[in-house]
Amino acid sequence: MTWTVTRLNWRLPVIAAALCLLASVAAVAQQEGAADRETALQALVTWMPFILQGFVLNLVMSVLAMAIATVTGVILGFMQISPSAVIRLPAKLVTHVFRNSPWLVILFAIMFLVPFRVTLPGGETVMIPDWVKATVGFALPVMANVSEILRGAVMSIPSGQWESADSLAFSRGQTLRHVILPQCIRRMLPPWMNWYALLTLMTPMAAILGVNEALGNTQAAMEAAGSRPEFLIPFYLFLMTIFFVFIYPISLWTRRLERRYAASGA
Amino acid sequence: MTPSEGWTPDQPIVAIRDLHKSFGHVEVLKGIDIEVMKGEVICIIGPSGSGKSTLIRTINGLTPATTGSVTVEGQEVHDDNLDKLALRRKVGIVFQQYNLFPHRTVLQNVMMAPLLVLKENKREVEERARSLLAKVQLHDKEDAYPAELSGGQQQRVAIARSLCMRPDVMLFDEVTAALDPETVKEVLVTIKQLAADGMTCVLVTHEMGFAREVSDRVYFTDAGRIVESGPPAQLFEQPQDPRTREFLSKVL
Ligand SMILES: Nc1ncnc2c1ncn2[C@@H]1O[C@H](COP(=O)(O)OP(=O)(O)OP(=O)(O)O)[C@@H](O)[C@H]1O
Ligand SMILES: [Mg+2]
Repeated sequence: MTWTVTRLNWRLPVIAAALCLLASVAAVAQQEGAADRETALQALVTWMPFILQGFVLNLVMSVLAMAIATVTGVILGFMQISPSAVIRLPAKLVTHVFRNSPWLVILFAIMFLVPFRVTLPGGETVMIPDWVKATVGFALPVMANVSEILRGAVMSIPSGQWESADSLAFSRGQTLRHVILPQCIRRMLPPWMNWYALLTLMTPMAAILGVNEALGNTQAAMEAAGSRPEFLIPFYLFLMTIFFVFIYPISLWTRRLERRYAASGA
Repeated sequence: MTPSEGWTPDQPIVAIRDLHKSFGHVEVLKGIDIEVMKGEVICIIGPSGSGKSTLIRTINGLTPATTGSVTVEGQEVHDDNLDKLALRRKVGIVFQQYNLFPHRTVLQNVMMAPLLVLKENKREVEERARSLLAKVQLHDKEDAYPAELSGGQQQRVAIARSLCMRPDVMLFDEVTAALDPETVKEVLVTIKQLAADGMTCVLVTHEMGFAREVSDRVYFTDAGRIVESGPPAQLFEQPQDPRTREFLSKVL
């Protein structure tokens, strides 16, 4: 039952998006009067590989940023629940700072604070490409949120679980590893996936910093094709569509997990 | 289990002396003295909020005492240098809310602590776990998850899980209070059997009939003090203190 609904759910918007794209293409095709000039559609088709190539960088940045954010966020989250204040308080500070700062400000800060080249102790210089810096910039706020997700999930486990593990002589580490965390992972998965989707949607911000990702390439393509106003709708629609086609299944899947966990009472 | 030096089985296995416990400014236990000999079954009864759970939890150090002494096999529990691992191997506890690990099967729940904490041989632990589950009549539920069991079944798994650590003392804190009346009996039967096998048991219970049948001594607590104690026949038939009489007239 749920399955059929979900499958329909997932088809409908994709069909809608495809129709949307077709309609805009048709609208543009009507202006095909001037035969010598390239139509917007033709221009889009010409530049599609270039835009998609940019989109690959969005994906690379989102996956890398998520990996960094997950590893550092989980460490930070564990530090947040440490019984030792020396470990807990700095972790809380870092978490709160990055959770409550605008992403763009973090991005600019990383851009300007991290040098574009570093000299290794061996004497070689390594260039740090802008997209790598942007990736770190995206990872930081997500890291802080992963840290909170972990902390929240651990807090949501009933105290009886700690007590019974404690009574069975488990150490704190054993309790976390064998009792608490396995129960947390299910609770953490949906919000974690949400943050991945959000992060991916934020990656075009890197265009502002000159990274050649999908948005930057779309704008460059329109310019190269002659900056005609009728390019705007099809080019941007295409850009939105590729993001949508990638993200929408993720958010459907997230919702399905949420529903399933809610139903199983986990 | 190696008891602490100087302790011999003819001394109390659990000895509580002038135990006080405060939460902030509220004194919940106001000087408790209890002695339990090896193999004895004692019941603690009393009105809600009188401190029964707090008392029983000080015995395995889950709730630290404020002042006074609690010893288990001669080892002081109220001690900053307490070897918690050693204590918790000796003392098992079962709670009102079973607290099974929901992500593990029944068999895994029972095996986990001996494997992880005692680092025992897997085959031996599995054998012991299976025989304990058979003892609590759950041999056919080994591969079930806790959520698939009734409350009474979960509580029996919790008892088996505790027993798999081979404790010398078992604590039970109102283990039937969350159960349907028809499943209360199956849990009580399990505890009775345990008592008959010679396990030292400290029980907090609202099941007066059961307390009377199973215990060697009953303690009636009110407002953080033991008001009266004695063999069940005496305490239930001829309660001396008016507070005991009032309580019993309400619950019997
Ligand atoms: N962790 C705690 N912090 C503060 N107060 C507590 C805590 N645990 C218990 N108390 C208080 O101590 C008193 C005794 O509680 P306790 O749970 O020991 O009573 P009880 O006799 O077990 O009651 P019941 O029959 O309802 O289980 C209560 O007033 C309770 O509010
Ligand atoms: Mg209680």
